[in-house]
Amino acid sequence: MITRLEDKELKRQSRRQLLKLAPVAALGVFAFPDVSTRLVAAGVRFSDWAAGVLFRSQHRAQTFADSEVVPFAKFPYNGYDVLDPQVNLEKWTLTVEGNVQHPGEYKLAQIQALPKIRQNTRHICVEGWDVIGSFGGTPVSEFLALVGADTSARFLEVECADDYYESIDMASALHPQSLLCYEMYGQPLDRKHGAPLRLQMPTKLGYKQAKYLDTIRVANVLKPGKTGYWEDQGYSWFGGV
Amino acid sequence: MSNEEEQGRTNEEKDAAPQSEPVPASEPDAVEAAKAKPETVAAEPAPIQPMEQEEPALVRAAYEHPLAIRITHWVNAISLFVMVTSGLRIFRAFPSFGPKIPEKILLSIPKSITLGGWLGGALQWHFTFMWFFAASGAFYVVYQVISGHYRTMLFMPRDVPGVWPMVRHYFFFGPKPSATGQYNPLQKLAYTSTIGFGALSLLTGIVLYKPTQFSWLAFLFGGFHLTRVWHFAAMCGFLAFIPGHLIMVLLHGWSNFFSMLSGWKREPEYQE
Repeated sequence: MITRLEDKELKRQSRRQLLKLAPVAALGVFAFPDVSTRLVAAGVRFSDWAAGVLFRSQHRAQTFADSEVVPFAKFPYNGYDVLDPQVNLEKWTLTVEGNVQHPGEYKLAQIQALPKIRQNTRHICVEGWDVIGSFGGTPVSEFLALVGADTSARFLEVECADDYYESIDMASALHPQSLLCYEMYGQPLDRKHGAPLRLQMPTKLGYKQAKYLDTIRVANVLKPGKTGYWEDQGYSWFGGV
Repeated sequence: MSNEEEQGRTNEEKDAAPQSEPVPASEPDAVEAAKAKPETVAAEPAPIQPMEQEEPALVRAAYEHPLAIRITHWVNAISLFVMVTSGLRIFRAFPSFGPKIPEKILLSIPKSITLGGWLGGALQWHFTFMWFFAASGAFYVVYQVISGHYRTMLFMPRDVPGVWPMVRHYFFFGPKPSATGQYNPLQKLAYTSTIGFGALSLLTGIVLYKPTQFSWLAFLFGGFHLTRVWHFAAMCGFLAFIPGHLIMVLLHGWSNFFSMLSGWKREPEYQE
């Protein structure tokens, strides 16, 4: 719509409209590295909050037929420091701590005596690749029941035989497909895939699924700077898919 | 200042017409002159004449871009810059669409054009600005529909015949088709396409972010693996649009560029 107006009036109108746009310049704070570091960390926290709200505790991840599973040789080994932390498999026990009725040391045989699930699910890496694998183990929820865990607690923390550590929201830990995994492709977990026990959770990214489990702790509070190896460096804590 | 002088100034102010020059009251001659001035002015109707001369100086202008459009345009421009540069950094972590084993590197993206420093840093930028991108995009679409302003830019079947003449003009030195509205058919096609790229990048982004929670959406895009390809393709759409858009902005000069800041375009090419 063309209007005709005095030059002075046009300039006045233009100036007024330009000023109204000024608040957008607030996004310029992202240009300052010190500020933007904090802001994008807050952005991830907000996204994690939204992810927690979106999470459907009974919604199952897609499972696949045996024919869709990649050959074992094409399932990547991924570790952050060592692929084999030299766990003594004979003497290995899982330490259970925190808000549980029966803390202590648990043998692999005790875990294997619990109901077993085999599932072919997609393993998604934060880097962008994905691979369909075959996993076997016992639901985390079964083990938490065995040790008398307070499942109204907020977090499950794990420590590993290497320096890795992780923490997971209780809702995801109790998901029916979240496993304490001791088998892949029908064979005992090999050393580089996390023997003797790892987390396997198709509702989480790979880095949440800690290998070479050593300690499990049920907790309501996470120590700042001790929420997860990668998370403490900037990855999303929720890490759900 | 004496009382007398004070009095003198007050009188002068009462007597003098508003257009009279301020006069130092201490100079009696000047006061006299000021008193005389209104009579002189009244005698001739001269002051009206300059006003009549100004009238042809009215400028044609159009308020092309409402505030909502300008805000979303700039929030979107900043968000897109962040999403593309951080997205390329994320892609660098696995620059392939094939299997992990064996990994075939599709593109090696130089670090210098990426944002975030490393995968985790880039993800932080991506997960922050996705909210700005989504919010401004959603607000833009809702505003366009409710205000009816979309009519200026939405590419419709009737715009199809006008595309080729514009392409001929821009790329093959053809004659310039006359401007009929705020945007020519080629512009409408480009702007409407970007909305498609935006919708595609947003929907595929939701799938990549939460493929399990939005498994139905993942299914529509052919699964998680293929969705990464669509997400990348949407970015390619933007990357095809942006250089052309920037070149056109440069070619059309300051007044055209400034209209996306102030809303007002001076002397638009089109009539009515």
